[in-house]
Amino acid sequence: MQTEFPNETGQTGIAKCRTGIRGLDEITGGGLPRGRPTLIGGAAGCGKTLLAMEFVVRGAREFDEPGVFMAFEESEEELIANVESLGFALDALVEQNRILLDGVRIERGEIEETGEYDLEGLFVRLGSAIAEIGAKRVALDGVDALFAALPSEAIVRAELRRLFRWLKDQGVTAVITGEQGEKTLTRHGLEEYVSDCVIFLDHRMTNQVATRRLRIVKYRGSRHGTNEYPTLIDQEGFSVLPISSVSLSHRVSREYVSTGIPRLDTMLGGGGYFKGSSVLLSGTSGAGKSSIATAFADGVCRRGERCLFWSSEESPDQILRNMASIGFDLQPYIDRGLLVCHAVRPTLYGLENHLVSLHRLVESIRPAAVILDPITNFAAVGDTAEVKTMLTRIIDFLKGAGITGLFTSLTQGSEPFHSERTDEGVSSLIDTWLMLQMVQSAGERNRLLYVLKSRGMAHSNQVRELVLDNEGIHLSDVYTGTGEVLTGAARIAQETRDQANNVAARKAHVREQRALQLKRRDLMARIQSLEAQLVAIDEDAAFATAEEAQRVVNAAHDEAAMFHARGAD
Amino acid sequence: MNQTDTTLHGPDEAGPGWCLRLYVAGQSPRSLRAFENLKALCETHLAGHYDIEIVDLLENPRLARGDQIVAVPTLVRKLPEPVRKIIGDLSNTERVLVGLDLRPRR
Repeated sequence: MQTEFPNETGQTGIAKCRTGIRGLDEITGGGLPRGRPTLIGGAAGCGKTLLAMEFVVRGAREFDEPGVFMAFEESEEELIANVESLGFALDALVEQNRILLDGVRIERGEIEETGEYDLEGLFVRLGSAIAEIGAKRVALDGVDALFAALPSEAIVRAELRRLFRWLKDQGVTAVITGEQGEKTLTRHGLEEYVSDCVIFLDHRMTNQVATRRLRIVKYRGSRHGTNEYPTLIDQEGFSVLPISSVSLSHRVSREYVSTGIPRLDTMLGGGGYFKGSSVLLSGTSGAGKSSIATAFADGVCRRGERCLFWSSEESPDQILRNMASIGFDLQPYIDRGLLVCHAVRPTLYGLENHLVSLHRLVESIRPAAVILDPITNFAAVGDTAEVKTMLTRIIDFLKGAGITGLFTSLTQGSEPFHSERTDEGVSSLIDTWLMLQMVQSAGERNRLLYVLKSRGMAHSNQVRELVLDNEGIHLSDVYTGTGEVLTGAARIAQETRDQANNVAARKAHVREQRALQLKRRDLMARIQSLEAQLVAIDEDAAFATAEEAQRVVNAAHDEAAMFHARGAD
Repeated sequence: MNQTDTTLHGPDEAGPGWCLRLYVAGQSPRSLRAFENLKALCETHLAGHYDIEIVDLLENPRLARGDQIVAVPTLVRKLPEPVRKIIGDLSNTERVLVGLDLRPRR
């Protein structure tokens, strides 16, 4: 996302005239060139007249600059009636002489051309109108009607050229509108005469949804945003987006906000999401995205902060009922004005309308957190690039305002790696990305949650099972014992099985111990008996030795007695 | 060039009443030429039944808005009705006569 224009004004040397129109002053760097004419081109119905009118009305109302609105296609009464619904109170401004309306009506059928003429009548007319109310702003709406009304194109051309120069001499800031041509910005090439600033409006249909855009074709002597900017016409008039400029200069917070689920806070490094960060919850249908979003909303409101819940799928009543079923009672928060549920079908309006109404809601509610559930539905309104642009702007806007944004995104398919991307292509803009997954096993579908990324946090890399019951949301460890992830009843069964195995193993161990003990005792007994035998043998041996000695003594004695008896020697 | 008699001939008076108003911006040669042309034409075709009023927008700028004038000179036929507008210095007599419905349109 490039940083296109800083918010400075008037640094370019050209005096600017603030339009007061949301967004337009930002992209023009302060407004239209003061004292010079600006051309607004575009096809029929693109809002040229309204832009010109709003420029004059806001000038009179907000900047104390009276204005003349000269219309070549409508009468004064028609002009007043046309903008009545916009709350401009044009008739009151006309009564107070802060705006002068002049409907120029020329019917070609009524006019016969009989020789030389000029448009001095128009100059006189405009000049007197300017003098009458001291106008600083002038709008000429649909001047190209002159080409149709007057037979001589050459005269009209020359006179318009003179008119635009004359307007400059009058020192008024003028806005001139002209119908779009086939190859040129305006059908009669008015851009040749108005060279200071040219704005082009566009109105196209995408997927049966009308989208308005504004582009500054040129702005002499001034920097300006060069993109096509989405614009919107609603009950408050014109808005050009971005309302706030797109930049990366927002301050980041080190503060945490709880996710509303204590164990999830732990998984995210202890505190929860970073305040003012963007959080994406993506997962398949029914994976629990809205529930986690609700837990967050509940947490925000419980702290006494405001939260905007923008639902593009369910009505507020439906959200309340569904969330009550998992133990969240949000009604008190709604009653206290802490929680604002805004339910709208994305296809009801173009993306710009959604963006602007989000801006308006945020500005009026000033929430601490905004939840968009889900962003996927916006894809029905615009193509991926447009949706991404819009989401970028939303994310940027929320970040700039220090608001924590939580977005849910529906992913198709259940392949884990397939779903690790978003259809909206916003993943790179997201600070914390939680994945929710359904796993099917043993005839059950169960929910898994893990942190895919979380910038600036030492987050857990573990997969948890998300359990929703009527007391709320719990995260439990998944079973990973046998090398596979088990959830739900399978996890419980496996745990029970494990426990049984454990008991059996312990019993076996005890049995074995006992057997060994027995063996040992047996062996000891045998050792004792052998020792006893040994002693007996030793005793026998000693006895034998003594006997032998006695025998030898006895024998010697017997021999001596024999010798003696023989009397020999 | 002064503003001429602005009294209108009532429709009940003799002949059709022609009420013509010529808008100019200052006394430019073109304005004077338009007035001369108009006068000559009226004398030729409407002698005695016409009335010309000159409006100088520089003196009465508000009339430009009130009477829906853009180009000058503009000649407005206020009577007989319907109102007709003729722009230019009236030098093309043929076109003026057509414009005033004094000649059938081609």
